[in-house]
Amino acid sequence: MTFRKRAFHHMRWNEPIIYQLSTPGHRGLLVPEAEEEIEQAVGDGLSSIPLGMRRSDPPYLPELGQPQVVRHFDRLSQENLGADFNIDIGQGTCTMKHNPKINEVLAGSPKMTDLHPCQDHSTVQGILEILYRTEEIFREISGLDHCTIQPGGGTHGALAMATMVRAWHRDRGEDERRDEIITTLFSHPSDAAVPKVKGYKVIILPPDEEGLPDMEAYRSALSERTAAIFFTNPEDTGIFNSRIAEFTELARKYGALCCYDQANANGLLGIARAREAGFDMSFFNLHKTFSSPHGCGGPATGLLMVDRVLEPYLPVPVVRRDERGGRYYLDFNLPKSCGKVKAFYGVIPVVLRAYAWIMSLGAEGLEEASRIAVLNNNYFMKKMLEVRGCSISFPRHPARIEQVRYSWEQMKRETGFGTADVQRRIADFGTHYWSSHEPWVIPEPFTIEPSESYSKEDLDEYLGIMEQISRECYEEPETIRRAPESSTIHLIDHEYLDDPDRWAITWRQYTKKYRGYFERR
Amino acid sequence: MKGKKRVYPYIPNSEPRVREAMLRDIGVDSVDDLLGDIPEEIRIKSSMNLPEPFPAEADLKRHVEGLLSRNNTVGECLSFLGAGCYDHHVPSVVDEVIGRSEFLTAYAGEPYEDHGRFQVLFEYQSMMAELLDFDVCNVPTYDGAQAAGTSLRMASRLTGRKKALLAGNMNPDRLKVVRTYLDPVMTVEMFGWDRSSGLLDLEDLGSKMSEEVAAVYFENPSYLGTIEDQGERIARAAHKAGALMVVFADPSTLGVLEPPSRYGADIACGDIQPLGVHMNYGGGLGGFICTKGENRFIEEYPSRLFGIAPTREKEWGFGDVAWERTSFANRETAKEFVGTHAALWGIAAAVYLASMGPGGMADLGKVILQRSLYARKVLGEVPGVSTGKPSGACFKEFVVDFGQSGRDVADINEKLLARGIFGGKDLSGEFPELGQSALYCVTEKTSEKDIDRLVEALSDILR
Repeated sequence: MTFRKRAFHHMRWNEPIIYQLSTPGHRGLLVPEAEEEIEQAVGDGLSSIPLGMRRSDPPYLPELGQPQVVRHFDRLSQENLGADFNIDIGQGTCTMKHNPKINEVLAGSPKMTDLHPCQDHSTVQGILEILYRTEEIFREISGLDHCTIQPGGGTHGALAMATMVRAWHRDRGEDERRDEIITTLFSHPSDAAVPKVKGYKVIILPPDEEGLPDMEAYRSALSERTAAIFFTNPEDTGIFNSRIAEFTELARKYGALCCYDQANANGLLGIARAREAGFDMSFFNLHKTFSSPHGCGGPATGLLMVDRVLEPYLPVPVVRRDERGGRYYLDFNLPKSCGKVKAFYGVIPVVLRAYAWIMSLGAEGLEEASRIAVLNNNYFMKKMLEVRGCSISFPRHPARIEQVRYSWEQMKRETGFGTADVQRRIADFGTHYWSSHEPWVIPEPFTIEPSESYSKEDLDEYLGIMEQISRECYEEPETIRRAPESSTIHLIDHEYLDDPDRWAITWRQYTKKYRGYFERR
Repeated sequence: MKGKKRVYPYIPNSEPRVREAMLRDIGVDSVDDLLGDIPEEIRIKSSMNLPEPFPAEADLKRHVEGLLSRNNTVGECLSFLGAGCYDHHVPSVVDEVIGRSEFLTAYAGEPYEDHGRFQVLFEYQSMMAELLDFDVCNVPTYDGAQAAGTSLRMASRLTGRKKALLAGNMNPDRLKVVRTYLDPVMTVEMFGWDRSSGLLDLEDLGSKMSEEVAAVYFENPSYLGTIEDQGERIARAAHKAGALMVVFADPSTLGVLEPPSRYGADIACGDIQPLGVHMNYGGGLGGFICTKGENRFIEEYPSRLFGIAPTREKEWGFGDVAWERTSFANRETAKEFVGTHAALWGIAAAVYLASMGPGGMADLGKVILQRSLYARKVLGEVPGVSTGKPSGACFKEFVVDFGQSGRDVADINEKLLARGIFGGKDLSGEFPELGQSALYCVTEKTSEKDIDRLVEALSDILR
C-alpha cells in the first residue's frame, strides 16, 4: 500500500509566558471558606501567625480565569510531542514503548490516587498485595530474591545499589578499605556519577576492539579496594557481553559486589537474567521496559532486586505477607537496613502500571516483547546501514540486542553535517531523535532503540525520514542549515544558556536582565 | 490457553507473517540466530514461572480493579493524616493537563519538538521562585527529601565544610533519606527544640555551631506543625559562623507565611505534593530547591535548570542552562547526579499555581489556619485530650496528646477506624518523649462537620 507523503507541521502557537497573560483580579479557582461557626470561634486565623512571620505581600503569581489557564497549558501541550504521537525510536537507551491506556485508567482510580501512606494496613490490602505480587514476578524476571520499590528512577536505583554496597561492607568492617567502584565507559552516566556521590572512587573501563569492557584493564583495576562493579549489559552499543559471567566471577574473588544496571532490560526478558550472569543485585526501570509513561521525565521507578544475603540491608520498609492470616504489611524492622532513599515507599502508581502491563502479557508475552524488540532492532540496523553517511560502531559484530549506537562520522566528513544537525532537522518530520550519552567516543553518535511497540511500517517510515535527511545533508545544505522550519519554534541561540551574564532561569531573572524581547536593561 | 500462539496488541510484529518477512530481510531463520552472543550457561533454564496473564483488556481491568477494591480511600473515610503527604484538593484542571498524552507520554525530546514541556517547566520554576521569593528554582527532584539532601550538599560545596546541623523537630522519614544523601561525605548532628513551645533551642544550636558546619537546616512548619519564628536569629548565628541556612518550607503555607528567603535562608527546599498532586500512597512527591540568582549557587545545582533564549524568528525558546554541571554532560565529575525525576508533577504544580494565583494561595492559607485552629481548640476540650503542647502557633498540623486519657494512640486509632475515621499519625514511636501523642492534619478539605464528627467519636471512645 502506498500512502501520501506526510506534510507535517507542528502546532506553533507563539504562546506567551504565563505572566504576560495575567490580569489583576482574575481567578482560576476558588478555595473553600471557613464556616461561620469556625470564624466566630477562632477569628480570621491570620492573627494567630507569630509576629514577623505573616507574609507582608502576596506572592507574585499570574492571575488568570480558568478558561485562560486551560487554553494556555493545552496549547503548550500541543507544542509537545508525546510518544503517543510519533514513532519514538530515536530515544535510544530509554525504551520508548506503548503506554497502554487501560493502565492510566487503573492508575487514575481514586483507589490508587487517594491513599495516604500512613493509613492502617487493613485499609490498603489491595495496593500492598499488588506490591507483593510485583516482587514475586521480579523474582522470576531477575532470578534474584528480594525487592525494594523505593528508587524513583534509574539513577535512584543506582543510588540504592551504592547505598547497599556501603552498608554491606560496613557491616563487615571493610568499608574503609573498599573505596573503589568499577564501571564502564558505555554504561549509563549515572553508573559513574552515583558512586561518586556515595564517596567512592570511580574507575572507568574503556571498551576493547569489540566494544566490550576491556578484560585486561578490568583485571588490573580489581583489587582488595574494589567495593563493587556497576555494569550495564548490553550497553548502548547493543552488543551483549558474552563474557559477563567471567567479569562477575572475578569481582566475587576479590570480595566485591556485582551490581547490574538493567534500567533497560528490554531485549532480555525471559531469555537471560541477572542471577545466572552472577549479579548480586539489579535494578529495572518500570518506566522503560515495563511501559509506565515517562511523564516528560518522571515520576518513575527503578525497582531494585537483590540476592537473599543482601535482604537485611534493603531500605525500609519492605512488603511482607503474614503467612498465617494472609495479611499484607509493611515491615520496618530491618536492623541492618541501609536506611532510605526516598520518602515513604516509592512511586506506587508506576509500580501499579508495570504490574498491569506484566499481567496483560504473562511469561510468554514478556519473552515475546523482548524477542520482537531484538527483531525490530536488527531489521532497523540492516536498513539503517544502507543510508548514505551512516555507519555503526564495532561493525564486525553482526547482531545486536535491543539498541544500536550508530555514527554519522562519514557524513560529517563529507558534508560538514553531523548528529546535532540531524537532530534539529528531524523535528520537521513530527518525530524526534536524540544523540547519545557522553562521552562521544564514537563520533557523531546516535542511538536508536526500536522497541516491540513499533510495526514494520513504522520502522520503514522512520527509515524514510533518515534517508531524506541524509540526502538533504548531501544535496540541500541550506535546508539543514535553516532547520527546523516546521516545528514549534525556530533555531535557538544556545549561547544565552551558557553565559551567566545572559541566562535567565525564571521570569523574574528575565525581567531583571531584559525588557521587551531580549533587550538588555 | 497455554501453548496457543497469540498476536499481542502491544506487539504488532508478533504477527507471524510479518515476523517471517522481517527475518528474511535480516537474513536469518529465527530470532534465536540474533541472540547468539548470549551464552547458554547464563540463559534462563526453563520459562519464567509467572501467574496466568489476562490478555483481554476487560479481564485485566477486572483483575486489577478487584485487587484495588480492597483499599479504602481517604475519600471513603475521614482522614486526619499528614506527616509529609497531604490530602489537599487536586483541581480538575491539573488532572486534565497532566493527563494529556502530549505531556504524559513524552520523555526527553529537544527544545523544538518538546517546546511545550520546556516552557511549562520554565513557568513552573518562575512561579516557584516567586512563591519562595528567590531568583532560581530547579526542575523537580524525586521528592522533598532529596531536595533537602541536595540542598545540604550544595551548602557543603559552597562552604567547603562537611557538617550539617539538623533540627530535632524535622520529619523523621525525611531524615532517613537525608542521611543516605549525606553519608559518607557529610556528617550529621541534631540540635534540640523546646518541648513546651515547639520552637528550636537556639542555645543548643549555638553550642553546636562551629567552623565545620556547612549548614543549619530546619523545617517550617516543623514536622509537628509549629511555625518557627526565630528564623532571623538562626540565620545570624549560621552566617556568623560562616555557615548557610537551609529551610524546608511547605509551599501551601506561602500565601500567608513569609518565605524563608525573608528571614535569611540561603537555600529553600521542600515538596510540591501539596500543589495539586494526588497522594498516591506517598508516591506523589516531588522536590524543589530555590536560591538566589548568584552564579555560585546556580553552579552547584545538580538538577536541570531550564532557561529562556531567543530564536531566529524572535520566539520564546528554551533549553538547559549550564549543562556542563550535570552528570549527563560530565559523568563522574558532575555536581552529584541527575536523571528521570518528577517532571510531570512540576507541570501539575505549574497548573495549580497558575490557577490559584496570589488570591488562591492566600485564601488557602487562611482557611487552613482557621480550620486547624478550630480543630485544635475543640479537640483540646475533649476530656483526656490535650492540644496545648507544643503551645506555639501551628499550620495544618498539630500534636494531640492523649496521655491524660490513659489510652494508647494505637488503641484509639483502631476504634476511630471502626467508625470510618483515620486518626492522626501515631507519634509514640518517632517521638517517645511526647508520650501517647498523635499528629493531626487539617486541610482546606476538612469541614467543620468533619471536625465535629471527629470530636464526637473521640468523646465517645474516651468516655
